[in-house]
Amino acid sequence: MTTQQAKPALQTGQMSAVAIADNFSDLHPPFSTLQAMAESNRCLYCYDAPCVTACPTSIDIPSFIRKISTGNPDGAAKTILSANIMGGTCARACPTEVLCEQACVRNVAEDEAVEIGSLQRYAVDHLMARNLPHPFKRAEATGKKIAVIGAGPAGLSCAHRAAMLGHDVTVFEAKPKPGGLNEYGLAAYKMTNDFAQREVEFLLGIGGITIEYGKALGRDMTLADVKSSFDAVFVGVGLGATNNLGLAGEAASGVDDAIDFIEKLRQASDKSTMPVGNSVVVIGGGNTAIDAAVQAKRLGAEEVTLVYRRGPEHMSATEFEQELAKINGVIVRYWAKPVEIKANGRLMGMVFEKTTLDASGKLAGTGETFEVKTDQVLKAIGQKIKTDDLAGMEIAGGKIVVDENYQTTAAGIFAGGDCIKSGEDLTVQSVEDGKCAAIAIDAFLKNA
Amino acid sequence: MADLSCKIAGIDSLNPFWLASAPPTDKKYNVVRAFQAGWGGVVWKTLGIDPPVVNVSSRYGAHHDQNRRLLGINNIELISDRPLALNLQEIRECRQEWPDHVIIGSMMAPIEERAWKDLAQQIAESGVHGIELNLGCPHGMCERGMGSAIGQVPEMVEQVTRWVKEAVDIPVFTKLTPNITNILWSAEAALKGGADAVSLINTVNSIISVDLDKMVPEPMVDGKGTHGGYCGSAVKPIALNMVAEIARTPETRALEISGIGGITTWKDAAEFMALGANAVQVCTAAMIYGFRVVDDLIDGMSQWMDDQGYSSVEQFTRKAVPQVANWNELNMNFDTKAVIDPDKCIECGRCHIACEDTSHQAIAMNAKPEGGKEFVVIDEECVGCNLCYHICPVPDCITMEPVRTDKPYMTWPQHPLNPMRDAAE
Repeated sequence: MTTQQAKPALQTGQMSAVAIADNFSDLHPPFSTLQAMAESNRCLYCYDAPCVTACPTSIDIPSFIRKISTGNPDGAAKTILSANIMGGTCARACPTEVLCEQACVRNVAEDEAVEIGSLQRYAVDHLMARNLPHPFKRAEATGKKIAVIGAGPAGLSCAHRAAMLGHDVTVFEAKPKPGGLNEYGLAAYKMTNDFAQREVEFLLGIGGITIEYGKALGRDMTLADVKSSFDAVFVGVGLGATNNLGLAGEAASGVDDAIDFIEKLRQASDKSTMPVGNSVVVIGGGNTAIDAAVQAKRLGAEEVTLVYRRGPEHMSATEFEQELAKINGVIVRYWAKPVEIKANGRLMGMVFEKTTLDASGKLAGTGETFEVKTDQVLKAIGQKIKTDDLAGMEIAGGKIVVDENYQTTAAGIFAGGDCIKSGEDLTVQSVEDGKCAAIAIDAFLKNA
Repeated sequence: MADLSCKIAGIDSLNPFWLASAPPTDKKYNVVRAFQAGWGGVVWKTLGIDPPVVNVSSRYGAHHDQNRRLLGINNIELISDRPLALNLQEIRECRQEWPDHVIIGSMMAPIEERAWKDLAQQIAESGVHGIELNLGCPHGMCERGMGSAIGQVPEMVEQVTRWVKEAVDIPVFTKLTPNITNILWSAEAALKGGADAVSLINTVNSIISVDLDKMVPEPMVDGKGTHGGYCGSAVKPIALNMVAEIARTPETRALEISGIGGITTWKDAAEFMALGANAVQVCTAAMIYGFRVVDDLIDGMSQWMDDQGYSSVEQFTRKAVPQVANWNELNMNFDTKAVIDPDKCIECGRCHIACEDTSHQAIAMNAKPEGGKEFVVIDEECVGCNLCYHICPVPDCITMEPVRTDKPYMTWPQHPLNPMRDAAE
C-alpha cells in the first residue's frame, strides 16, 4: 500500500505565473494623455463645487482638472498635493464612488461622474515621473523637533506638513518599510509598481524628515521617552490589533487574519510564490474582506466564499467593491455567522449559523447551520487599537480621544489617522488628519 | 422632402451648397469626389497667369478648443500651383461628365486690364458657369499686388469687376475680403463694376498661434512664420454681419450674395441664407471632416424646411433681414429676466459666479435646508444680459423671459436720458 502524501493546505501553482502577474496588474489602468484631455473637458468647472466638499482633504478638484485641460498637468499635481500630499495613493485607492465622484454634478444630468480619481492619478504621476525638485519649500527653520509615531498615511502627512512649516521631524516606524497600509494593506492591484515606496520617497523630498525603522511603541520605546526628547509628538499608530472570532480552533493552521494575508501578498515581489488555499472562506463585510477575497481568487484559489452576518446593504464595503468581488467569481453569502471551526490536525471546514434580525432589530441566529469545506479561513472582522502602549491618554470607543486640534488628553501629544475617530478609516482621512494635526502642532508650538 | 434647388446670379444649382475656392477644389480628382458626395457646385481653386506659383511646405495653422476640436484654420497657401492649361482641361472634363453640377472659375491677376481680360476669357472658354474674382487672399499674393491688395481698394474692386464683365458674357462673382473697415464700400464698388453677385467673406488676416518652445508663429516654415488667412467656424460671426449689412443696405441690397465663412452645419447655412445669402460656399468643414459633411447640410436643411413648412429655399432666403436693425432702433423699454428651472439645475454654480464676478450680482446661491444649493435670480438686479443663459451647461435650465410691460416702444434717440435727444420729441 502506498501512502499518498497529503497535499499541503496552502499551495502555489493553481494558476500560471503569467496569469497571476496579469491578475495583479493595475485594476484601473492609467489614463493616456488623450483620455485625460477628453475626460478633463467633461468637468464643468463648478463654482463652490460639491466634489471639493466631498473630499476629506478638500482638494480643489475643478482647478486641478482645468489645469490638465489647459496642458498644465504638473500645475494640476501641485494643486492636488498642496491639499493632499498622498494624492497619488488616494487617486488609486480612494472609494471615489462614495466621495468626490458621488458628488459630481454630472451624475445628475448624465448619470456619469467625471473620473476624478483617474485624472488625479494622471496629474500626480506626470509630476512624479519628471523627477523635478520637490514642489514645496520649507519655511524658515523653527528649531523645534517633532516626533511622529508611525510612518503610515497620517504620520507621513503630518511629517511632511510639519517639515514644510519649518520643524524638524523624526518618524518612528515599527516595520522595516514606510507607508503603513499603503505599503502593507491596500490591494496589490491598486498599488502596482511599488507606488507606496515611490510616493514616500517623493514626500521625503521636502527635507527635514528622518525615519527610524524597527522602532515600535511599547517594544522599543515608551510615549514618555519620546515626549521627553521632542517638543511635540504625533501618534499615528493606526489599528494594530485584530478582532477574533472567539471560536475553538482559531489557532489552527490555515486560519489567518486577512490583513496578514494581504500584507504577505503585498510584500511578495512575485505574486505566484504566494501560497493560497483551494477553498478559501473570508469572513467579514468591509473593504478588507473584499480585498482578501478578490486577491485569493486572483491567486488561483478555486473557490472563494465570502460570508457576512448581515445583508449587502449593511456591508461597509462600497457597492463598487462588492461588485468587484462578484465579477471576480467570489461567492458571497449573507446572513450567516461562524459558529464552529472544523479541524483535524488541519483545517477542514467552517460551520455557519444563519442569521436574521429579531423583533427588536438585533442580529440573532436562526439555529439552522451549514458547513463550507475550506482549507483557508481569512478573518476580516475588524481591527482595533493596541491600547497597552498608549498609557497616559484617554481612549474611548476603541479610539484615542482628541479635541478639535487633534490634541490628545496628554499635553503636547497629538494623534490622527485610524487610531482616532475622525471620519471613515480611509487613507484620505488619515492624510487630512496628519495635515491638520501638523498645522495644530505648529500653532501649539508658537504659543508655547 | 423640401426642394433645395436654388438660383444665384442666374445659375441653377441642385442645392445651395458649393465648395469654396481652396485646396479641396484644386483638381479634377477632388471635384469628382465632391460631386459624388452631393455638393451642388464648386468654385475651382483660384487660377492665375502662368508660370504657376510655387507653394511652401507647412501651410496650415490651427485654433483648437481644449478638446482638440478645430475651431479655425489659418493657411498660407497661395493660389493653384498647377499649370493653367491642366486646370482648364480638367474643368472641361468635369463639366462634360457632371453637366448638372455648377463649376465656377476663380481667378486673380495683377492690376492690368489685359491680364484680367485674357485670363477671364480663357477660363470662360473652359465652360464654367461663372467667374469669381479673388480679391481677398490676405497672405502672399497681396505682397505681389493681388488678392486683398486689390480687394482693399474699392476703386480697384470696381475696375477689375468691370474689366471681367466686359471680357465675358457669363455671371461674375466678386469675392470680397473682410480685412477692411467697411464692407459696404467694396460691395458697392462691385455693384458699380457690374458684378452679378458678391461672394463673402474671404479669409481673415491672422496669426493663429505661436510655438512657445521655438518662439515662432505657426505654421512654421524653417524657423519663421507669416500671417495667413483665417477660416472655419470661428469666423462665422464676422461673415454673418457683413452678409447682413450688404443685404439690408439700400445701396447694396440688389447684389446677390454667395455666403462664405465657417459654415459647418445646416443651421449655419440656413442662418447665412436668412440674413441675405442666396447660396453658400463651404471649405473648412470639408477640410476637417471630408466631403461627406454635405450629407448633413442637405438632410438637416430639408428636415428643417419640412418642419417649418418651407417648400423652397427662396421662401426663407433673406427672411431675417428686416429684423436686422441699428442699435438706435432698438426698444429701450424691452425688459427680459433670467429664470432658472430648479428641477433642471445640476448645481454647478457657474451662473452664480459668472454673474457675481462679471455681471450684476443678480443670482443668489443659497444653501437648501435639505442639503445642496439653490440658485435664485434677483429680479431687481437682473438686467437681462443673457450671460447666465449662455454659460449654463444644461439646455433649457435657464431661460430668458420677457417682462410684460405697458411701456411704449422707445428708441435711444427718443429716450429722456439721452442728452442728444431730438428737441422735437
